[in-house]
Amino acid sequence: MELAVISGKGGTGKSSLTAAFATAGDRIVVADCDVDAANLYLLFNPEHEKEIVYIGGHKAVVDHALCTVCGICESYCRFDAIREEDGKMVFSETACDGCFFCSRICPMNAIEMVRSNKSRMYSGPFRNGIMVYGRLAPGEENSGKLVNLVREEAKRLSYEKHLETILLDGPPGIGCPVISTVTGVDRVVIVTEPTMSGLADLKRVHEVARKFTGDVGVIINKCDLNEAVADRIEGWCAANDSPVLGRLPFDPRVTEAMVAGKSITEMYPDLEISRVIRHIWNKLISNGKE
Amino acid sequence: MRIAIASGKGGTGKTFVATNLFNVLSRRGDRVTLTDCDAEAPDDIIFFRSENISESEVTHQVPVINKDACTWCGRCSKWCNYNAIFYVPDAKIIEVIENLCHGCGACSFACNSGAITEKPVVLGTVTSFMTENGSPLIEARMQVNEMSPVRVIKEAVRQSGNEGVTLLDAPPGTSCPFVQTVDKADFVLLVTEPTPFGLSDLRQSVETLKTMNKSLGVIINRAGIGDNGVRNYLNEQHIPLLAEIDYDPEIAHAYSEGRLVTGENNALAVLFTELADKILNDHGTGSNKR
Repeated sequence: MELAVISGKGGTGKSSLTAAFATAGDRIVVADCDVDAANLYLLFNPEHEKEIVYIGGHKAVVDHALCTVCGICESYCRFDAIREEDGKMVFSETACDGCFFCSRICPMNAIEMVRSNKSRMYSGPFRNGIMVYGRLAPGEENSGKLVNLVREEAKRLSYEKHLETILLDGPPGIGCPVISTVTGVDRVVIVTEPTMSGLADLKRVHEVARKFTGDVGVIINKCDLNEAVADRIEGWCAANDSPVLGRLPFDPRVTEAMVAGKSITEMYPDLEISRVIRHIWNKLISNGKE
Repeated sequence: MRIAIASGKGGTGKTFVATNLFNVLSRRGDRVTLTDCDAEAPDDIIFFRSENISESEVTHQVPVINKDACTWCGRCSKWCNYNAIFYVPDAKIIEVIENLCHGCGACSFACNSGAITEKPVVLGTVTSFMTENGSPLIEARMQVNEMSPVRVIKEAVRQSGNEGVTLLDAPPGTSCPFVQTVDKADFVLLVTEPTPFGLSDLRQSVETLKTMNKSLGVIINRAGIGDNGVRNYLNEQHIPLLAEIDYDPEIAHAYSEGRLVTGENNALAVLFTELADKILNDHGTGSNKR
């Protein structure tokens, strides 16, 4: 079974909770799909048994020796990535979408499309199974392709090592990398917090998740921050056919565990919060729905 | 001048800092605009009483293929770098997969038989609000189920202009939506929390901003939790620490209800005012220089 943990809003506690799940029971494959802010490896210190170079998107680069500054490329580029400056064509790496249009229509063949090779994917054993994660090089385009690569590797290892459960730690937001994370998974868990922002973002990410699976559950983290808003979220979830799997209190010991390089369930297994997390996890991985 | 408020990690308090900076500057009569560039999860508007002034749709052009005029040459499909044209000539199948299309226009150009026209597809909206203090708030909001917020962000930044101070509330992460937001910023204020996850993502943000030659400073939110890693890193890298806000459940509670702490807590109003003046003094451009 493949489960994805997402949140819409950032910082609701996805990674801390994923870490707690990943160490709450049997050995599993855990994959960090938040490739431009990967954090789980900090707690799990996986061995880098395998390192794969991820070839990123294309960027247009001009050869000024061939360029006649005719401006055709600029007139066709729809990403405003090309402009003439001091008698030279200047290409913005930030704005370039890598569509190849300019390189195909340049009458001088002066434009080359180059790819970045600075991003990486790693996989290897950690203390409760196998971990896979991607690290996007700073400023790289996050097209979701690296997320797909991470998921494929996780699936391969799940099969090879006979580890049935794959747990995905997703990125915040609702865009491409999130869609890549939830496409085709069996279950989605949305971690939210009882704030007005948390609720607004929950509604948007819930709509995305429901496109891909009917099996969407919600966890209200830091629920004692504002019980009234937590109740409102619970009401909204009931009206939208997505069960609240549990409410977890804010607990500074989660951060304390993080500093020690552990999950809360590892560091304080006897706490009420750890007990609740194990209970939710066992429900999640049992095949029959509640 | 444009000041971007950003962070690699989600939920460190970008929106908290951006809305409160906006509030103190607006209340003392400065010319200030707040632009919510977190188009996947836009929440700034929750914190203000406001009037909707105008709304515009952000679209891109996707191809429409007239099969009767198609000569089945396959050039459009070959020129598309996003696999958005599904082409099986033997079965006379040619379909546009709109979700994959980036609207680059290469296929329309490639078609030799005039079989391709284009239609606009909505990617999101940019809405202008006038807040009760008389300062504008511009919101970028990506349509749910769209892949990339980049064009919507770009349009919101364009509509915000560059009169007085423009605060850009950035999306989390360090990939394209973040890069698009900070691209036009004169200064980037990074909001972090003093935890191992916060540090890891801060480092990634700093590396990205260095490649873009951006001036930056850091604000530590929820000081007192976690460890000293962030502080040591800032010292080593000679990155200015501009302010620290202690962890305080009162702040978290005000935030959860969509209230601005600078409206009720004088010490924090002073802290945010001093922070703004420090940035304007040291990095202000033109008339913003104080």
